[in-house]
Amino acid sequence: MITTYLFYFLSFLTIMFALMVVFSKSPVHSVLYLVMAFFTIAGHYVLLNAQFLAAVHVIVYAGAIMVLFLFVIMLLNLNKETEPHKSPWLKFSAVIAAGLLLVVLVGSLKGATNIMAANNFDANIGLIENLGKTLFQDFLLPFEISSILLLAAMVGAVLLGKKSIK
Amino acid sequence: MALQTYIIYKLILVLVVFAFTMLIAMYSTYAERKVAGFLQDRLGPNRAGWFGILQPVADAVKLFMKEETIPSVSNKALFIIGPALSLLTACMTGVVIPWGTTITLFGENFPLQIADVNIGILYLFGVVSIGVYGIMIGGWASNNKYSLLGAVRASSQMISYEVAMGLSIIALIMTTGTLSVGQIAAQQHGWHWNVLVQPLGCLIFIICAFAETNRAPFDLPECEQELVGGYHTEYSSMKMGFYLFAEYINMFISATVISTFYFGGYNMPFIGRFVHDPNLLTLCGVVFLFAKIFFGIFFFMWVRWTLPRFRYDQLMNLGWKALIPLSILNIVLTGAWMMRHEIMAYLNF
Repeated sequence: MITTYLFYFLSFLTIMFALMVVFSKSPVHSVLYLVMAFFTIAGHYVLLNAQFLAAVHVIVYAGAIMVLFLFVIMLLNLNKETEPHKSPWLKFSAVIAAGLLLVVLVGSLKGATNIMAANNFDANIGLIENLGKTLFQDFLLPFEISSILLLAAMVGAVLLGKKSIK
Repeated sequence: MALQTYIIYKLILVLVVFAFTMLIAMYSTYAERKVAGFLQDRLGPNRAGWFGILQPVADAVKLFMKEETIPSVSNKALFIIGPALSLLTACMTGVVIPWGTTITLFGENFPLQIADVNIGILYLFGVVSIGVYGIMIGGWASNNKYSLLGAVRASSQMISYEVAMGLSIIALIMTTGTLSVGQIAAQQHGWHWNVLVQPLGCLIFIICAFAETNRAPFDLPECEQELVGGYHTEYSSMKMGFYLFAEYINMFISATVISTFYFGGYNMPFIGRFVHDPNLLTLCGVVFLFAKIFFGIFFFMWVRWTLPRFRYDQLMNLGWKALIPLSILNIVLTGAWMMRHEIMAYLNF
């Protein structure tokens, strides 16, 4: 019972913080609200008994990626005064695109009450031992390929960061 | 155990851990000046109370009574959140530390650990990684270029050393086979201290702990000569006290984590031969853990008053070009050692 209340509370917070990200004027505030949204999403993972995912979510997103975002925004010193003025046509087209996305989402989720889980749901799958076994036995190839993707991204970043390419 | 007893016992444990954290951080400020005095051949504080023992109280009163200024152009809410966040994240880490084994009272077992979550190490790591926000928010909200530079220095230093720290922990997880801090401490019974299994990992972890707590020789964020005062230039009164206090709490927690991960935690070899009562044994364990922690804190101070500060490029070179490759090498060596029988069989030895 208490998990249901927690779910609604966390969902409310998540949506509120997500809206604050969009509506707050200052970019630094947007980033901080996004960090809060990530924390509430980590709370959802804990409710789903996936503590490992929750911890990694906090470490990677809140602890590393958003810090770099904050870094760049603080150093660029983006303020309300320096925000470039956008043309009304751009705003108009953005509203239409977002509205179309909403229509697609509503359409796809209309029949969501009838969806059943294909496999039997194991409540302990999110625990770290089970996660590791699944990842390194059933999904070894995708896991390794994604690590190669990350390596390629790292090499690319180092190459771009070099001052002169000989 | 009944639910009410459980809740009351956990609350008491949380309060005790919090009070001890505060007390130790408070007297670390006193110890720091005494150690500095000793290493520099002077007396240190000796006016307030017996041997200056009331000096931290006097400091606290001074900080609380001081006039508080908030720069008019700064972002007020964030300016206040910054130091609060710093202190909050510093206090949050004590939750997963096993302070001892189990005390048995009235037929009930009371483990001396607030929460033995099975991802304890990741919890610690997550709290450390969000500790950057306190400094960054405070430095930015001050609306001062020196503060911002100090904050950027602090956070880039912490992010850089988090990588090496995480990699050195991975090797530890490989040998212990668990992410629970309680189990790691329990495994080091007798002489099975992790420092003997992971000497290189331990060294890397200690260096990274110095950098994460912004202590000398990595105290670039508060480099007076270059940055006026670092990220807390604009802070006064107890808000500044919060930042300084958070540093001492972080030092205490780092010493605790180092003792628990690598130096046996509450375990002490041979104590089982002399003490047989389980409760007394637990209390001995707590005393041993705190003895290790106090030596760790002394070590932090010893290094601070012995080594000069790094230059910024030296700091980054050490982090990215020395510690990270070394910790990756450590992982590879650990993995090879753990798989040695399979490798030997494969090579037909």
